[in-house]
Amino acid sequence: MARNKEKLVLLLDVGPSMHGVLSEVEKLCSMLVEKKLIFSKYDELGVVVFGTEESNNDLTTEVGGYQNITVLQDIKVVDGDLVDTLQKLPRGTVDGDFLDAIVVGMDMLIKKYKDLHKGKKRLCLITNAIHPIKDPFEGSKEDQVMTIAEQMAAQGMKIESIVVRGRFSRDANKGVMDENDHLLSIFSKKTHTRTVYVDTPTSLLGALKTRRVTPVTVFRGHLELSPQMKIKVWVYKKTQEEKFPTLKKYSEKAPASNKLATHQVKVSYEYKSVDGYSNSVIPPEQRIKGYRYGPQVVPISTAEWDAVKFKPEKGIKVLGFTDASKIKRHCYMKDVYLFIAEPGNTRATLAVSAIARAMKEMNAVAILRCVWRQGQQNVVVGVLTPNISQNDKIPDSFYFNVLPFAEDVREYQFPSFNSFPASWQPNDQQQKAADELVQMLDLAPSGKEALLPEFTPNPVLERFYRHLELKAKQPDAAVPPLDETLKKIIEPDPELVAENKSVFDALHRHFELKQNPKLKKSSRQWYQEKQSGSNAHVSGGQAVNSIENQPPVKIEKIGDLTPVQDFEAMMSQRDNPEWVEKAIKELREKILALLIHPDGEDKYQKAVECVAALRKGCIIEQEPGPYNDLMHRIRQYCEEKGIKSLPQLLASRDLTLISKSEAEDSNVTAEEARSFFVKMEPKPDV
Amino acid sequence: MGLDPEDVFKDEEDDPDNEFFQQSESSKEYVVYLVDASPKMFNTTCPGNDQKDETHFHTSVSCIAGSLKTQIISRSYDEVAICFFNTREKKNLQDLNGVFVFNVAEREHLDRPTARLIKEFDCIEESFMREIGSQYGIVPGSRENSLYNALWVAQALLRKGSIKTADKRILLFTNEDDPFGSLQDAAKKDMTRTTLQRAKDAQDLGISIELLPLSRPDSEFNVSTFYADLIGLDGEDLAQFMPSASQKLEDMKDQLRKRMFTKRVVRRIEFHIANGLSIALNTYALIRPTVPGAITWLDSVTNHPLKTERSLICEDTGALIQEPPKLFQPYRNENVKFLPEEIAEIKRISPGKLRLLGFKPLSCLKDYYNLRPSTFVYPSDQEVVGSTCIFIALHRSMLKHKRFAVAYYGASSHPQLVALVAQDEITSAGAQMEPPGMHMIYLPYSDDIRDDEEIFPDTEEDAPRADEDQIQKAAALIKRIYVKDFSAFQFANPALQRHYAVLQALALAEDDIPETIDETAPDEEGLTRPAVVKAAEAFKLSVYGDSYDEESDMGKEKMSEASRKRKAIAENAAKDYDWGNLADKGQLKNLTVGDLKVYLNAHNLPVSGKKEALISRILTHMGK
Repeated sequence: MARNKEKLVLLLDVGPSMHGVLSEVEKLCSMLVEKKLIFSKYDELGVVVFGTEESNNDLTTEVGGYQNITVLQDIKVVDGDLVDTLQKLPRGTVDGDFLDAIVVGMDMLIKKYKDLHKGKKRLCLITNAIHPIKDPFEGSKEDQVMTIAEQMAAQGMKIESIVVRGRFSRDANKGVMDENDHLLSIFSKKTHTRTVYVDTPTSLLGALKTRRVTPVTVFRGHLELSPQMKIKVWVYKKTQEEKFPTLKKYSEKAPASNKLATHQVKVSYEYKSVDGYSNSVIPPEQRIKGYRYGPQVVPISTAEWDAVKFKPEKGIKVLGFTDASKIKRHCYMKDVYLFIAEPGNTRATLAVSAIARAMKEMNAVAILRCVWRQGQQNVVVGVLTPNISQNDKIPDSFYFNVLPFAEDVREYQFPSFNSFPASWQPNDQQQKAADELVQMLDLAPSGKEALLPEFTPNPVLERFYRHLELKAKQPDAAVPPLDETLKKIIEPDPELVAENKSVFDALHRHFELKQNPKLKKSSRQWYQEKQSGSNAHVSGGQAVNSIENQPPVKIEKIGDLTPVQDFEAMMSQRDNPEWVEKAIKELREKILALLIHPDGEDKYQKAVECVAALRKGCIIEQEPGPYNDLMHRIRQYCEEKGIKSLPQLLASRDLTLISKSEAEDSNVTAEEARSFFVKMEPKPDV
Repeated sequence: MGLDPEDVFKDEEDDPDNEFFQQSESSKEYVVYLVDASPKMFNTTCPGNDQKDETHFHTSVSCIAGSLKTQIISRSYDEVAICFFNTREKKNLQDLNGVFVFNVAEREHLDRPTARLIKEFDCIEESFMREIGSQYGIVPGSRENSLYNALWVAQALLRKGSIKTADKRILLFTNEDDPFGSLQDAAKKDMTRTTLQRAKDAQDLGISIELLPLSRPDSEFNVSTFYADLIGLDGEDLAQFMPSASQKLEDMKDQLRKRMFTKRVVRRIEFHIANGLSIALNTYALIRPTVPGAITWLDSVTNHPLKTERSLICEDTGALIQEPPKLFQPYRNENVKFLPEEIAEIKRISPGKLRLLGFKPLSCLKDYYNLRPSTFVYPSDQEVVGSTCIFIALHRSMLKHKRFAVAYYGASSHPQLVALVAQDEITSAGAQMEPPGMHMIYLPYSDDIRDDEEIFPDTEEDAPRADEDQIQKAAALIKRIYVKDFSAFQFANPALQRHYAVLQALALAEDDIPETIDETAPDEEGLTRPAVVKAAEAFKLSVYGDSYDEESDMGKEKMSEASRKRKAIAENAAKDYDWGNLADKGQLKNLTVGDLKVYLNAHNLPVSGKKEALISRILTHMGK
């Protein structure tokens, strides 16, 4: 724990030009400390603000100069007060000098730690860098920065600069900005540096990694291209989801007077036999794992299992290269790995670089079989893609994504879009409206990509830590709503929407939705919607667009042509409860008429359809009487006339009596319902 | 029966959605294997897999056995019955001659396959002649018609369940293309007619009859003699039938053991495109890691399943906690408490909605923007009419302009920023390879992305970069090991296949576990081809030079000066120990674990475990 303690000094620009984003800076920094309080509570932190009216730092008292820089907090182990300090940053009055602030920060680190803790000391600068820094007494600004950077490297310090630009610095002097950018870039030549430019408050919140994770390799060893050619690589995780913190369970059983109570809750699992009589707990050594094999469970002991299970050898092997287009993006299964050449191994770095660049040129990817460690129970097959470094300092590397196995893919079939009725196909104007939207609602105009994942904070976690801080002070605080900055992540940017009003208007004009806002619908609503739905469907088949917006016609009688549809329409007319009764009665009569005068070739098909509709209708209305009555009459009729096909047809579609389990009022048991037609099924002639 | 009004009408014919999905929605399959057991099946042979001749009966039976073994893992809820005809004995509910329904104890005739069924069926050939017997069922002068009887029995077996929820099939294995060939004209005509009628009746009830014909090398099974009429083949289908049938037989034997999932909507979500414009989408899980199946804990004495009971116990008082407890996070030296509802509230951000934020070019979707398997979305007009139309329009635009949509998905447990990537339909030889729709890819947040590649920059010099020649050599090597037609999921999971094989061996009490092939092993043979070796050597020479010694170049900077010194001291000290003497006096326990490990390392022994384990390992090694 202790060896990973980080020593960080925050250098915050609070000058007038920064006031617009200071509330975000406050949130970002307090989040940083909040997380440190939970995950790395022995880290040490100091806070320096610059651009203040007063000056208060060691250097100004010792050697003079270094004006307008205030040490808000000397370096100390993080605590709750720091959060409070960072949440109330002073608003400065003068334009600060970030280089002076860096020197003050370095001075604090050097005084406190001498040259110990190399690599654990870090400076974090947040500024907009739009104001010129003071000219040094001798030499150029560049020389000065160079000297500082060298000193920093010698002390084993890192610096991270977050430069807030974009809409906050529109009227700033371009020359000064370029000069400052150049000066900051010198740091990156000399020392461990990360400089990022952000242009929205939202990305400012995501600009600083608020939780430090010590990188751990997943694998160190050979990447085997062929038995002859191997490259030494280290594998890290490139993405790993930061999970919602696992909260512990709190017990309120301990009396309030007990000051030593831990309030912890232990979760215990007991395994009991289910035979009912003995409720005995089975000890762990008497338990054995079982796996399903059909209806049976096959017991397999761990020892047995170990003897026979799949045991691959550790190693990473290339199975082959293939065209990048063969691997679909949606097949990536998990978080992503990073393959780098063994650090310090120049030849391995060269080999990785050569392969990566060749792959890029050929648009190829490699398929790998990985076993990260000895004793791993499975292999991982995945795709290696090249990552050509844009930064001269950083070697080329690879990304690795896990691919699914044959068993992991579920081959569901979906109807082709072309098979849909014409009314579902967009016409030219609709297509044009969609094209406009796709092009105009642009999140990446000319290189300025909004919502870049690298700079997008997780709104849920932001909200949790803010609520946690709030609750620490005020135990009954309500969950805070998302503020405007975070809303940008979950809602479209209002500015972008306003700019493209015409596009949205066109969209509204060309597309029409008939929707039911409620998610869970009663049968009634379903009837209504189904009706409108079937209308649209019919219109698609016959005459495009002719009756799309036609209101449902009031059905007062069940006709001969479409009795089922008429029936459903009538059932859904809710203005008068009599409609239901009338609908059921009319359909019943229709069915009987169809039986006596079967129409056309498919004989009883229509009658059966009507019976099906009636059955469902009667179940929904919980009126089993009329339906069951009818069924008895049908059976009687068929027996008299010796009709075999109709009962068979009905039985095959499960159109038997409505049983008690389906409608409360029925007096038919499920058993009776099932055997209703079986009883009379004529014996097949031998 | 719970009545969900949405489901009540789901099977309605005029429901547009359902019309398209019907074929995939029947959830179960009922299959009757109908095997001809006439003497002809035993007399005729054809070359089998290992070049040995095997009887047609054996081919059929082993095919069914293989299929059953696959099915018990992939679709164990499907039900099967096995039925022989042209048998000496008879066993069926209708008491018809020449038909024998094979079954084992604790199982209905048409039921889920059990280990016992598979096991006993595996050795059916040994006892077949004794217990069931083979005999021609259709002979001149008799009114018996065993094929007719068999179809009748099969149909009766399949009476169970509704055709709406189950797919019913009869698979008929035979090598007799003219079953009534031996009969006289009138009798033949009559029997042909009644048999065809019987088959038609079955088909009218929604049962499909499939024929798996077995041919001899010298005379091909002639479908048109009789069976074309029985299974309803004509025209082009008829010509296509024989080649596809033999393929089917092969497929049945060599199916992958893979758990099948029925197509299911994971969630219905609302896709909010603009104010007042929200369409309905269904989400599907097309790709999810398959695990070996749930573990059921058993009592090792009785082999009865155990019930797991979870209880919460207060650590301070030992009292049992009934109600769902509060949660807490230690923070600022105190415990900040949360109600479960508060946690849910924190996570609740535009619940159940997918909100469109905008579009980006596909090049912005980096390879490392991935956290979990993607989810497939497909529009539905069921709840919001017009959804499909908008979806198709956007889908086409996104494909045309090569852009993806960024949206916020407010899933209740895991709200996240997602990328929606349009996928065009891809079909190959009439089969759908990629369905049309969009894939929802879960994007990482800033804290989820790590910059580990940036931690080792050499501060003074630029990172080494390969030159043009080295890249050319690499490209040459890549070309040598290039796979043209790779499919992203062509490999079976070796661990899973092994698991299934072990499970089968244990369940059926087989003596040896069948070998499983690790398809993911590299093509050793291919990699030793001279051309590949040459390319590899050339590349190696170009990047490593000719004096590269892998071991010496390894991790020079890895160990710091201090730790190397420490290690050297420890090793020197340990070398001086008189290990044999210490072991004899039982003084090994006085040494530190570090010292013990030095010995173990020196002798290439594992260094894991507690101190006692280390000591005992040393003693074993010394032979004491």
